[in-house]
Amino acid sequence: MRTSSSRRGRRAAIAAVAVVVTGTTLLTGCGSDDDGKGGGGGQSNEKITLRIGTFGSFGYDNKTGAKLYAEYERLHPNIKIEESNVSDGQKYWDTLKLRLAQNSGVADIQAVEVGYIAEATGTAMANKWVDLGKEGGAKVDAFLDWKVKQATTGDGKVIALGTDIGPMAICYNKDLFAKAKLPTERDAVGKLWSGDWAKFIATGEKYKAAAPAGTSFHDSASGLFNAVVSSDPVQYANTSGELDWENSPGVKNAWENAVKAAQGGLTAKLRQFDEKGTWNAAFKNSKFATVACPSWMTGIIKDQAGPANQGKWDIAAPPVAGNWGGSFLAVPKAGKHTKEAAELAAWLTAPEQHAKVFAVNGNIPSSKDTLTSSAVQEAKLPYFGDTPVGKIFSSAASGITPAAISRYDGQVKTFLTDNGILDIEQRGTDPAKAWENVKKLVDDKIDQ
Amino acid sequence: MATSVRARPDGSPPPAAPPSSPGPRGRRRSPGGWRSTLYRWDLKAIPYVFIAPFFLTFAAFGLFPLIYTGWLSLNRVELGGDPTWKGLENYTDLATSEFFWNALFNTFTIGVIATVPQLLMALGLAHLLNYKLRGRGFFRVAILAPYATSIAAATLVFAQLFNTDYGMINGVLGWVGFDPVNWESSKWPAQIAISVIVTWRWTGYNALIYLAAMQAVPQDLYEAASLDGASRWRQFISVTIPSIKPTIFFTIIVSTIGATQLFGEPMLFGGSVGISGGSGNQFQTLSLLMYEKGWVTGALGQASAIAWVMLLLLLLVGGVQALVSRHNRKKLGG
Repeated sequence: MRTSSSRRGRRAAIAAVAVVVTGTTLLTGCGSDDDGKGGGGGQSNEKITLRIGTFGSFGYDNKTGAKLYAEYERLHPNIKIEESNVSDGQKYWDTLKLRLAQNSGVADIQAVEVGYIAEATGTAMANKWVDLGKEGGAKVDAFLDWKVKQATTGDGKVIALGTDIGPMAICYNKDLFAKAKLPTERDAVGKLWSGDWAKFIATGEKYKAAAPAGTSFHDSASGLFNAVVSSDPVQYANTSGELDWENSPGVKNAWENAVKAAQGGLTAKLRQFDEKGTWNAAFKNSKFATVACPSWMTGIIKDQAGPANQGKWDIAAPPVAGNWGGSFLAVPKAGKHTKEAAELAAWLTAPEQHAKVFAVNGNIPSSKDTLTSSAVQEAKLPYFGDTPVGKIFSSAASGITPAAISRYDGQVKTFLTDNGILDIEQRGTDPAKAWENVKKLVDDKIDQ
Repeated sequence: MATSVRARPDGSPPPAAPPSSPGPRGRRRSPGGWRSTLYRWDLKAIPYVFIAPFFLTFAAFGLFPLIYTGWLSLNRVELGGDPTWKGLENYTDLATSEFFWNALFNTFTIGVIATVPQLLMALGLAHLLNYKLRGRGFFRVAILAPYATSIAAATLVFAQLFNTDYGMINGVLGWVGFDPVNWESSKWPAQIAISVIVTWRWTGYNALIYLAAMQAVPQDLYEAASLDGASRWRQFISVTIPSIKPTIFFTIIVSTIGATQLFGEPMLFGGSVGISGGSGNQFQTLSLLMYEKGWVTGALGQASAIAWVMLLLLLLVGGVQALVSRHNRKKLGG
C-alpha cells in the first residue's frame, strides 16, 4: 500500500509540474501575442472587464439608468462592465489627477467634467489620453462643435467624447410654492423671474414673507452662484482662455446675487453634493423650494427626493438661459484595455445612446441631431409629471453662448463657492473680506 | 608573501620575520586559519546581514523619500510635470502665507485641546483601573475598544452626532434650553468637536500605557504612604505620578507627534470641504494644507516644503522635551 501510494504521489507531482510548465508556456505565448497586436486584448474572445469611473449621475447603469451596460454586454459577450461612482465631482477629479500622474489605478474609461476639461487638454495632461478622434470609431462630427472644441488639445487630438450638456432651468417644489402663496403653474412661475436674476431674488423675498416654517427659497447660495455664472458668456477666463476671474462681469454678477441671497436668508445654507448627505436629506424633507436645475440635476432630484415626493417638483424656465456643467468620457492610456475602452466610449456617446439616457435620466445630449429630434423635443419625465422637459431644456440649450474656459476654472470655482460664498452663508463673513480671501487663496494655491 | 621580505629604503635590516613554522604544522594551520578568518568574518559581518533587511527597507522607504522630499521642496513641481529649480522660495512663500500660519495655529490649538484633557483623563482612568475592582479585565479591554475602531468609522459617527441640523448633540442641547451650536462652521466648536473624536479614540490607549507603568510601581511605597496617613489622592500625587514620570513623557511625545500629523479626523469631519478645513479654513491643519497643496492644486514642491517644516517642528519639540526631561532627572538626582 505504502509504496503504491508514494508512487502515485510522485506521478501526480510529475503531472502537476507538466501542467504548470505547459500552462506557463501558454500564458507567455498569449502575452507575446498581445504585445504583437499593440495594446489591448485584440479581437479575441478573451473575457475582459472594462472599468468606468464616473461622478454624479450619468444614467448608464442597470439599476436606475438606461441599462446601457447590460445592452453592451449582450452585444459583446466577452466584455463585462463595472462602474464606480463618486458623488463629489471635485474629489473625483483630485483622485483621478493623482492616478493619472502615477499611471496606475485609473479606470479604462474616466468621465471628465467640463470645468476640468481645459486642465485635461493642457500640456501637463494631454499625453495621458487616447486620441478618440482616431481610435474607437467615434463620429466626432455628430457632436455639437463647441463641445468637441472643448475636448481638443492644442495639437488637434480629441481626448474626450461629449456625454451631456447642462442647459439650465429652475426646478421648484409646487407644494411649497402653494403654501407661500406663489403661483404653481410653470409658465406663470417662469414669468415671475423672466429675464433677470434680480427678479429671482425678489421672488425669494416674496417667498420668505409667507414661507412655511423651516424652509428656504433656494438650496444654496453657491448653487445660485454657479447658476448665474453659467448664464453669462464671460465666466472665469477671458476670450483667449486665460484665467481672469477677478475682472469677469459674469463672476461679479453671480457673486453679488449669491451674496444678496445668502445675507437675505433666502438659502438653506447647504453645500451641494455634500458627502455627509445633508443636502440630499434636505431634498427628502422638502427643506427648500427652488434649485437651479441643469438637465442632469433632474436625475439627482429624482434619486434624492425619492418616490415619496413624486409629482411635487416641476420645472420652469430660468431667468437667463445658461449651461451649467456637462461631461465627457475619456480613455486614459494607462488603462488596461484601451482599445476596447475607446470602442465602448464611442458607443456610449453615440446619438442613439444619448437618446436612451435622456429618456430615462434627463441628461440633455451633446449630439446635434439628438438635440433637435422629436424624442428629445417631446420628452416628458414621469417623475416631474407631464412637464415638457425636453422642450424646456432644448430651448435653454439653443440660448447657450459657450464661454471660454481656462485650465484653472474648476479650482477657482471651488474656491469661490466653498471658501467664499459658503463662508458668507454659514459663518456670516463680510463679503468684501470673503472676496479678498478667495483672491489670496487663488494667489497662494494656484499660481504657485 | 612572508618570504619576499625586501630591505628597507634606509638600508636597515628588515624587522625580524616571525619564526616560520615547520612544514607539517603550517599545513595543518592553513585550513585552520581560513576557518578562523571565516569565523571572524562570520562574527563581524553576519549581524549586519541579519539587520540589513531593516536598513535596506529603511533606506528605500524612509531615508530616500525623506531626502527626495527635501529636494522636491526646492523645486516647482506639478503633478505629472518636470521639476524646475526654485531654491528656498517655497519656504519663504510659506513664511508669508497666511494659510500656512493659520494651519500651524490650528494644529497647535487642536493639538492642545485634544491632548491635554486626553492625557489627564487617561491618568485618572489608569489610576482607577489600578485598584482591585470587580470586572477589571473587562474594563481594561473596554477602554481600548475605541482605539481599535477605524478613524473613518469613528469620525463618520461623530460627524452625524455633531450635525448642526439633525445631530443628537444639538438635540440634547435643545432640550436643556441652549441654542443649536454650529459644530462645523464656527471655529472653536469645530475644533472642539474634532478634539473630542481624537480624545475618544486615544484616551484608552494612553490609559493602558499608564496602567502598565503603574503596575511596576513597588507596592511598598503605597503601604508606607498609607501608614503615614496619606489619602488615596495624596498617594496618586506623591507616589504614582513621580514614579511613572518617564512614561508620561513618552505619552506626551507620542501625542505631540500624533497631534502634529492630525489629518483623518478633520478631513472626514468636514465632509466635502474637509480638505480645506471648512469654508473659512477654520480647522485646516498642517497635514490638510499639505494634502491640499499636493493633490488638489498640484503644487508638490510647496507640499514637500510643508512636510519638511513639520519634520523640523517635531524635531524642535522633541529637543525641548528631551531637555526638560534631562533637567528633571538632574533635579531628582538621577
